[in-house]
Amino acid sequence: MLPALGVLFDGVAYGMLLFLMSVGLSVTLGMMNFVNLAHCSFAMLGGYVTVTLMNAAGWPFLATLPAAFVAGAAASVLLEHIFFSRFYNSNELNQCLLTIGIVFVSIAGAAYIYGTDQQPMQLPAYLQGSFNVGGVDLAIYRLFLIVVAALITAVLMATLESTRFGAQVRAAVNNQRMARGLGIDVDRLFAFTFALGGGLAGLGGGLAIPMLGLDPSFALTYLIYVLIVVAVGGLGSIAGSFVAAMLLGVADMAGKYYVPALGSVLIYLVMLVMIMWRPTGLFGRR
Amino acid sequence: MGESAVSGTVASASGADGSALSARGVNKSFGSLVVAADVDLDLPQGVRYALIGPNGAGKTTLINLLTGMLRPDAGRIFLSGDDITSLPPEMRVQRGLVRTYQINSLFPHLTALESVTLAVCERRRVARTWWRPLTAYKEDIDEAHAILATLTLAPVCHRPTRELAYGQQRLLEIALALATRPKVLLLDEPAAGVPREESRDLFEAIAGLSRDITVLFIEHDMELVFRFASRVIVMVGGRVLVEGTPAEIAADERVRAVYLGKEHGALRHG
Amino acid sequence: MTSDTLVAAAPAVPAAPHEFLHAQARWHWAEIAFWLATLLPFVLTPDYLALASQVAITALFALSLDLILGFSGIVSLGHAAYFGVGAYTAGLISVWGWGESLTGLVAAGLAAGIVGYITSFVIARFRHLALIMITLGFCLLLQEAANDANWLTGGFNGLQGVHTWKLLGTFEFDLYGYTAYAYALAALFLIFLLARRIIHSPFGLALRGIRENGARMPAIGAPTHSHIRTIYTIAAIIAGIAGAILTQTTETVSLEALGFQRSADVLVMLIVGGTGRLYGGLIGAAVYMVARDQFSGLNPQFWYFWIGLLLIAIVMFLPNGILGGLTSIAAYIKAKWAKAP
Repeated sequence: MLPALGVLFDGVAYGMLLFLMSVGLSVTLGMMNFVNLAHCSFAMLGGYVTVTLMNAAGWPFLATLPAAFVAGAAASVLLEHIFFSRFYNSNELNQCLLTIGIVFVSIAGAAYIYGTDQQPMQLPAYLQGSFNVGGVDLAIYRLFLIVVAALITAVLMATLESTRFGAQVRAAVNNQRMARGLGIDVDRLFAFTFALGGGLAGLGGGLAIPMLGLDPSFALTYLIYVLIVVAVGGLGSIAGSFVAAMLLGVADMAGKYYVPALGSVLIYLVMLVMIMWRPTGLFGRR
Repeated sequence: MGESAVSGTVASASGADGSALSARGVNKSFGSLVVAADVDLDLPQGVRYALIGPNGAGKTTLINLLTGMLRPDAGRIFLSGDDITSLPPEMRVQRGLVRTYQINSLFPHLTALESVTLAVCERRRVARTWWRPLTAYKEDIDEAHAILATLTLAPVCHRPTRELAYGQQRLLEIALALATRPKVLLLDEPAAGVPREESRDLFEAIAGLSRDITVLFIEHDMELVFRFASRVIVMVGGRVLVEGTPAEIAADERVRAVYLGKEHGALRHG
Repeated sequence: MTSDTLVAAAPAVPAAPHEFLHAQARWHWAEIAFWLATLLPFVLTPDYLALASQVAITALFALSLDLILGFSGIVSLGHAAYFGVGAYTAGLISVWGWGESLTGLVAAGLAAGIVGYITSFVIARFRHLALIMITLGFCLLLQEAANDANWLTGGFNGLQGVHTWKLLGTFEFDLYGYTAYAYALAALFLIFLLARRIIHSPFGLALRGIRENGARMPAIGAPTHSHIRTIYTIAAIIAGIAGAILTQTTETVSLEALGFQRSADVLVMLIVGGTGRLYGGLIGAAVYMVARDQFSGLNPQFWYFWIGLLLIAIVMFLPNGILGGLTSIAAYIKAKWAKAP
């Protein structure tokens, strides 16, 4: 019972990270139907920004997180403007190839600048260690992760439900043509949403370092998990991404703990079954 | 016009048995949006029907329901008396129920000849053959060429579809449908986007179709409706409002109200 | 496909329709030159026959992907699954005592074909992102399973004890590589002939129809799912054969034979060469493998840097790959010639 709680706790923390890294991709995919496989490169960028600012410039950890967000957002805007916007009406294969090309370039760039080793990072003292609650060790950092991500999720949901911006996003995801017809500047909305998604990915990347590590292969390794979250959760659905990320996070942790021999087989199997059952995702529309 | 119009039934002397295509109680909704409500239909063989109605009346949706692209929430569809409600679209085509698209749905990089030959090969069930060259099927290629010739497309038959003029592409839409040897042909605004002069040719081609084929075409141009249809069905808001000859429909007060509400004098000018 | 340049110009004298199509399908001189050129490594670069075998095997694999991707429009990020099944089947048969190559080839093709046929029922039902995820997921699943089942596959270290008997009882698979290259090249050529036949058949036309407008196909009475299952199974068999040849000629098989890396590499090769042209995969494989061999001293990250740039460049400027670019140039030159007095 006790180890199960620990696994659940770790799974939820992992799931929160996955959510932060995936939600941007889900919304932009749902809105513009653009398959951006380079999404995790934004996360990786955020991670490297955090590490650089901490190790080279001596910034405190918490201060680097907004910087990671900004880096992810800026990179998104740049790439969207230069490359992606030309391919909104192109077929999926071209989009996949373009963004895979960008991933390769980003991995090589990271390897060139930082080398291929794991990046060292020292958490501030107040985030280290763990609570012992009823015999279960709950790492303080993971608690911090859960709280921060939950806050962000709440803000996102509130924005989506209660603001005009959120209403426009929901309209554009639901029916882009109709939204344009209603006078919504979908292109500008999309650029903004893209930046927000990239920023969240960057933030997620920065937060992920103590738990997932950071090396140049990050952009590809976690891309697969992000894709699973998006495909299973449903394109364009924040709630769907959340549920799918939680499911995946807990399932992965549970799998690694209880049946390590199976490795990721369970995850891929569950993913295949879910996609076959609901091709547009749990909360998807198309 | 009679009480039958109020209930939304298309009155017909022949029952489901004598019709080429009929529908009973077809219903379809998307959430709270009702796109088809208690639609009954009886198309006797060989008759030219026009389906008219304001935008959003559910005309294209009806074609989608009849051809199996959309599944109805309730109701049954019969082709020559056989219940085809559960058949997938390609099986309905093989039995002779064929439609064309309002917006061209063609094969951009295939030539006109290749496109129509493909339709002929699929009809003759030889498209599964991967061990014999296409050129061995001379009769099928010639048949495809002949169809293109009747639609004045023979000179451009070797051009890729995307290089054809829009009017030629509309004709190719029809050629594809003809290649399947339809018994019932559903044309979704065949002249849409085609200039006046060319749409006459298009409709001449349709009018020239054998009397064995039952034709239903969706059209907004009243002049074409008057010239080529012997009966007209009016749909509004997912329901059949009334059915009759073109003259009867033109004189019907309710039809005028519907049209004058949307476009002033649409019934006269088309 | 093979004579795109002929199609670009309208015929001066109207030929009977089927004669025109026949002319399209005839062997172009460039094709004959290409196949003659494949014999050159025997005489010109005998030291590189091992590389030449690798190119031939990869070209065969790329050809199988072209059949589903280039001609039928099925985007698969996991085609290496069938290559791997074929590779491991041939390897296991050899380890269990039967090292005859041709029967091993047949068995591998059969195994890959069965897996392909079963998965094709799922593949045919999905499109867009769902299809991409399913093909990717299946490949990753197989890779993980093969890794976990190291009692069968040898896991990370690969299968040990693969030994291929003499080809047809006479030709030894030695280090010089003559037999290996002859074997791989013969298989490539024969299967190429088969693929060419398929493409120019009514079925090939149906596949292109599916690629061009899958939604329209049912509306002309085409059993789309059935067509997709057929070509997918054929492509799986060919991929399996390619994998088997790899195992038999190198006498090793490891996890990378069915991994995502291999799926991604073959996709890049096909895109670089040009999809839907039969020769695109062959040329792409040759270019990619030779370049990789030349730059083998390079750090893998930097290799992928250039591949990344290449992908971006191709998608933005040369979407039909090398062959597409060559065809455009040829058409341009032909048009200029026609204008010259």
